[in-house]
Amino acid sequence: MAVLVVAEHDNNALKDATHKLVTAAAAMSGDVDVLVAGSRAGDAAAAAAKIAGVRKVLHADAASLDKQLAEPMEALIVPLMAQYDAALFPATTTGKNAAPRVAAKLDVMQVSGVIAVQSADTFVRPIYAGNALITVQDEQAKKVLTVQATAFKPAGEGGGAAIESIAAPGGPFKSTFVREELAKSDRPELTAAKRVVSGGRALGSAEEFHRVLDPLADKLGAAVGASRAAVDAGYAPNDYQVGQTGKVVAPELYVAIGISGAIQHLAGMKDSKVIVAINKDEDAPIFQIADIGLVADYKVAVPELMAELTKAGL
Amino acid sequence: MKVLVPIKRVLDYNLKVRVKPDGSGVDLSNLKMSINPFCEIAVEEAVRMKEGGGGHAKDAATEIVAVSIGPEQAQETIRNALAIGADRGILVKAEGEIEPLAVAKLLKAVIETEKPDLVILGKQAIDDDNNATGQMLAALLDWPQATFASKIVLQGDKASVTREVDGGLQTIDVQLPAIITTDLRLNEPRYASLPNIMKAKKKPIDVKTPADFGVDVSPRLKVIKTAEPPKRQGGAKVKTAAELVGKLKEAGIF
Repeated sequence: MAVLVVAEHDNNALKDATHKLVTAAAAMSGDVDVLVAGSRAGDAAAAAAKIAGVRKVLHADAASLDKQLAEPMEALIVPLMAQYDAALFPATTTGKNAAPRVAAKLDVMQVSGVIAVQSADTFVRPIYAGNALITVQDEQAKKVLTVQATAFKPAGEGGGAAIESIAAPGGPFKSTFVREELAKSDRPELTAAKRVVSGGRALGSAEEFHRVLDPLADKLGAAVGASRAAVDAGYAPNDYQVGQTGKVVAPELYVAIGISGAIQHLAGMKDSKVIVAINKDEDAPIFQIADIGLVADYKVAVPELMAELTKAGL
Repeated sequence: MKVLVPIKRVLDYNLKVRVKPDGSGVDLSNLKMSINPFCEIAVEEAVRMKEGGGGHAKDAATEIVAVSIGPEQAQETIRNALAIGADRGILVKAEGEIEPLAVAKLLKAVIETEKPDLVILGKQAIDDDNNATGQMLAALLDWPQATFASKIVLQGDKASVTREVDGGLQTIDVQLPAIITTDLRLNEPRYASLPNIMKAKKKPIDVKTPADFGVDVSPRLKVIKTAEPPKRQGGAKVKTAAELVGKLKEAGIF
C-alpha cells in the first residue's frame, strides 16, 4: 500500500509535525510520499525530501494554495488518491479543516486524531477528551486519517527523495482568504516546544497572566499555554488553549500555574513527560496527575521559583 | 435568510465518562445528556441573526430550523434549541453511533429539501471528538466552508468569517450558501427563559428516519476495543520552590 502524508508547513519552513506523521505512515507502509501544497514553498518541499524514509515528495505550488484552505486542498488531493491507499493529515487546524472534506469526497469515514498505529488498518484514537481510547479497524479501500503528531517520534533526517512538481487545481473557489492576525512571538511554538508554562483562571486578568507567565517562560525557554477557563475569561488568546478543544501538547516539561485540572485540559497535556503543578488548592485535580506538586499561592511560589532557577544557573 | 442548525445530543459536559469493564464501550446509562456545547453556540448565533444581536442586522435570519440525528430523546435537545429561539425542528431518528459521514449524508438530504442559505453547526462533538461533520457536509454539497468561527459578519451574498487557527486568527470570505462551524468564542449562549421553554413546547418537530432519505447509516469503522487511558500516577508534593527545582534536576530536566 502507498501512503500520502500531507505536510504541515508555513511555505517557508517545514514543521516538525510532518516528520512525526512520516513515522506514523511508516508503521502502515514502506511506501510513504509527502505532499507539500503551498505557495513558494520550495524550501519546505526540499526539507521534506530530506526526511528519512520518504519515497517521493509531491510539490504543488500556486497562489490558491498559499493558505491551504479546505476547498483547493480537496481539489488537489482527491484526484491524487487514485494512486494512494491512505492519506494522513496532521491534526492541526489546517489538517482538521481539509481532511474530512477529502474523506467525504472519497466516500470514506475518516479516523480522527490517531495516537497509535497498530497495523496498516488498525488505529487508536481518543474519545471523550481522552477519557477513553478506542481501537478502530478501518477496512475501507481508501483511508483518511488525522494524526495527533505529538504521539509519534519524529522521523530522522538523511533521506534523499525526489521532488516531483504537480499541477495545482485551477479553481475558482467559493472561499477567499482575506487576512490573518498571527501572534508574533520569539518563544517556541506551543505544540513543538520542549517546555510549556501554562496559566489558568486563578491568574485573574490578562495583565497578571502575562506578568507572571512571560518571565518564567522566557527563563525556561518555554512556550506559553493556557487553560480553556483562562481563554474563556479573556486572559489569553485562543491559540494558547491547551485541551480537548485546543491544542494537544506533550513537552518534556509542563508547568501548570493556577490550573485546577479540568478533564478537558488534562486531555491536552497529560502525555507531557514531567508535569509540575502550582496551585493553592491542595484538592485540585491537577495534583492527581502532576509529577511534582507545590501547594502554594502562585503569587509567592512563582517569584521563589524564578529565584531558585536563577540560583540553578538559568 | 433561512438558517439550518444541526445539533447533537451528547453526555453532559460536566460529567466524566466511564469505560465499561468488558471494553465494549462507554457506560452512558442513567447519565444526564445535553446539547453539545458547540451546537448550543451555533443555535445562539442563528438566533442573534434573527433578533439582531452580536453585530447582526435584525431579521438577517428569517427562519431557523434545528435538525438532530439521534434517538427519540434527541427531541429534548431540539426543544432546547427551540427554547433558545429556533423556529422548528427536524429529528431524524436513528439509534446507536451514527458516524459523521452518515450524519453529513442525512443533513445533505435535509438541506436539499429545506434549501437554507446558511448552515451553522458545532466544530466538534465532545463525545466522539471527530471534528468532521461540517467539513464533510460542505464537501458533499460542494459548498464553501468556514470552520472554527469566532466571528461571523454577513454581507449580502457572502459571509466574512474569522477563524481560530493554530497561529492566531484568519479571516476568509465564503459565498452563500455556506457551512460555518463554531468555535468557543463566537458567543456565550443564553439561558432559555421559562416562558421561552413553555413556548418551545408548542413549536413543531418533524420526525423522519434515515430510510426516508435512502441513506445507509451503518458504520464504516469497526470499534474493536474501548479502554481507559493509561493512568498517570501523581507524584509527591514538594513544600518549597527549591525542592521543586531539585526534583526537576533529578528528572533530568536541567
